[in-house]
Amino acid sequence: MANALASRKTMTIGEGGSALIFAALALLSVVVAARAFTPEYAFHAYLFTAASTAAVFAIINRYYERPLETPLTIDGKPNYNMGPIKFASVAAVFWGIAGFTVGLYIALELAFPVLNLDLPWTTFGRLRPLHTSAVIFAFGGNVLIATSLYVVQRTCRARLAGEIAPWFVVLGYNFFIIIAGTGYLLGITQSKEYAEPEWYSDLFLTAVWVVYFLVYLGTIMRRTEPHIYVANWFYLSFILTIAVLHLGNNASVPVSLFSPKSYIVWSGVQDAMVQWWYGHNAVGFFLTAGFLGIMYYFIPKRADRPVYSYRLSIIHFWSLIFLYIWAGPHHLHYTALPDWAQTLGMTFSVMLWMPSWGGMINGIMTLSGAWDKLRTDPVLRMMVVSVAFYGMSTFEGPMMSVKIVNSLSHYTDWTIGHVHSGALGWVAYISFGALYCLIPWLWNRQLYSLKLVNWHFWISTIGIVLYISAMWVSGILQGLMWRAYTGLGFLEYSFVETVEAMHPFYVIRALGGALFLAGALLMAFNLWKTVNSAVSAAPAGFRLAPAE
Amino acid sequence: MSLWSRHAIFEKNSIVLVIGILIVIAIGGLVEIVPLFYLKNTIEKVDGVRPYTPLELAGRNIYVREGCYLCHSQMIRPLRDEVERYGHYSLAAESMYDRPFQWGSKRTGPDLARIGGKYSDEWHRDHLNNPRSVVPGSVMPNYSWLAETDLDFEHIAQDLKVQALLGVPYTPEMIANAAADTVMQSTNDSPDAADLAKRYPKVTARDFDGNPGRITEADALIAYLQLLGTQVDFKLYDDKANIR
Repeated sequence: MANALASRKTMTIGEGGSALIFAALALLSVVVAARAFTPEYAFHAYLFTAASTAAVFAIINRYYERPLETPLTIDGKPNYNMGPIKFASVAAVFWGIAGFTVGLYIALELAFPVLNLDLPWTTFGRLRPLHTSAVIFAFGGNVLIATSLYVVQRTCRARLAGEIAPWFVVLGYNFFIIIAGTGYLLGITQSKEYAEPEWYSDLFLTAVWVVYFLVYLGTIMRRTEPHIYVANWFYLSFILTIAVLHLGNNASVPVSLFSPKSYIVWSGVQDAMVQWWYGHNAVGFFLTAGFLGIMYYFIPKRADRPVYSYRLSIIHFWSLIFLYIWAGPHHLHYTALPDWAQTLGMTFSVMLWMPSWGGMINGIMTLSGAWDKLRTDPVLRMMVVSVAFYGMSTFEGPMMSVKIVNSLSHYTDWTIGHVHSGALGWVAYISFGALYCLIPWLWNRQLYSLKLVNWHFWISTIGIVLYISAMWVSGILQGLMWRAYTGLGFLEYSFVETVEAMHPFYVIRALGGALFLAGALLMAFNLWKTVNSAVSAAPAGFRLAPAE
Repeated sequence: MSLWSRHAIFEKNSIVLVIGILIVIAIGGLVEIVPLFYLKNTIEKVDGVRPYTPLELAGRNIYVREGCYLCHSQMIRPLRDEVERYGHYSLAAESMYDRPFQWGSKRTGPDLARIGGKYSDEWHRDHLNNPRSVVPGSVMPNYSWLAETDLDFEHIAQDLKVQALLGVPYTPEMIANAAADTVMQSTNDSPDAADLAKRYPKVTARDFDGNPGRITEADALIAYLQLLGTQVDFKLYDDKANIR
């Protein structure tokens, strides 16, 4: 019986089921497109139709092309599934360049408002969410998906769970980004910072995210190693917490199935608290926990040294995720949020300094015995400098969450500077480092040029320094100008005088951003040459050994 | 068995690890968010705050759509310079019908929590059309198309209905008259303006965009801006009664 069946290819429940679901989604989207309240929403519905139809064809096509069954191991070694990871890492480079470019453009808009072009689609108000989402969710998200699916397979010595599911995660996530990004340009937003996409994009992302979690957990359950490696704890907490935050902050009721507009179930002060519970933990779990997962795998691997302290990583993990979730109210100091909540937020933000620095120490001290590599390996240097930036911004953050400091810094560019020292210095640098490791590993090639990595490192470091120091000066300057009094007890400056004083710093900031973008373009060129080079890195058995 | 080796239970059981993470991340959020829904002093007791009229709501949705909150806060902090620059510090009650809230996080432009009544409609029209025509140093984009785009309020009753479902006190009468009220509020000397004022106390009805022939997005946005911060009468407000 078994033998007879084995020789005949049958469609799995997963293949048939997902083809049916996509077919149903395509039908639903056609109906929605026909009756949509606005042309923008109809456009999105058509995109959903096209994508779901393509998905049905892709699944059926794959069914005819695929072998009878995919082996989990080949010659006793795990048969790793690297296709979706390759896609996500290329997407990360693409979205990174796109996101940095939009960032540079809106920086120039603030310096030269004529660049808003008098068009709805190119105003600062619509492009700014495009920038933040492109760099955080498109660039950062693809880096996280690529590295997490790589790390979980490697450290569990198991093939990814599911065959269609990992592709759905990667392609579905990038489709979500296209829907979200085009939506911002067309004015579809629910105006919650870092959670701007409307209800239908949110629902779709929920489906993608649940599958991502199941693929991740399923792979861990398949592991042939007895222990779950520390990087996976961080990735798992990132996936889980983002799911909880996403559901809580986007709880809304659409005006109609045929309208892109929805109203959030929370209102006023409660909505503010929920938003910054989400907002700060998008930083804490998306931009920190996830990227700490990268730190705990890629730095030891690249330095060829074990993680500095196992015990420190246990303390780091649990204290970080416990404390972070409390820190949200520091975005609402002196607002109409009750004082007790503000005080809790401030207290936990200050305490958060400790696990953050514990993690930094664990990352940097992993280089014990390999410090010389900082001189010779610019990729490792980039990752170590990123951890140093992490230390710097996780000191600055707790300081800014102290109410008296916050009374000056809040609403000013100081916040923007703080965010970018974390985003450019920490998140982007550790991502660049991971991509410089991952892409040669995935394509089994030698990195095209270490010299170009060195140029990338220095050009973008100068860019970051220009950016954050310009924002420190402009932020503190503006904060002080707002509260300046004349000898007679009148406010010394009108608001617009403080805006005019920002101009030179906005120009310097844009210059810093341009340098950072230039560095990223060098990286894209370097990685392109790497993938397209003919030389394979090493004999197959060693192909995943780190450089040096 | 030392404490460190007990940690192995998390490292060897993925489900235990998942449950552990969920418990640890739940605590902070629950402690900070849940009490805001039942502690009575979270939202002050004030007179005068009413739901938005359909026109103001449509204007607010344009404010949201254009991302105004990215450069303008609507939250005056109780600091000397802010109170002198912008007016009485903001109360939680003033945004209790705001879905979503628009407190903002950055002041590239000034706070707008009490912008209502500070400038004329004409100033707002000029300013939206070309901010530098009235404020030479401004870096705000031109929003010239707002005055040229007809307001889409075909489904505005549905918006009110959803808000009522979520707890905003819109009556069936308000919902039934939503579209008519939108027209009425954006028209000069409407004969039924008294009906509108009965539904929405202290409402101002006039042609906001200076173009009586059309109801444009500028009508709605200016109606919203002119309302901001004007609902609570701070001559009568007793801040001692609401110390939290």
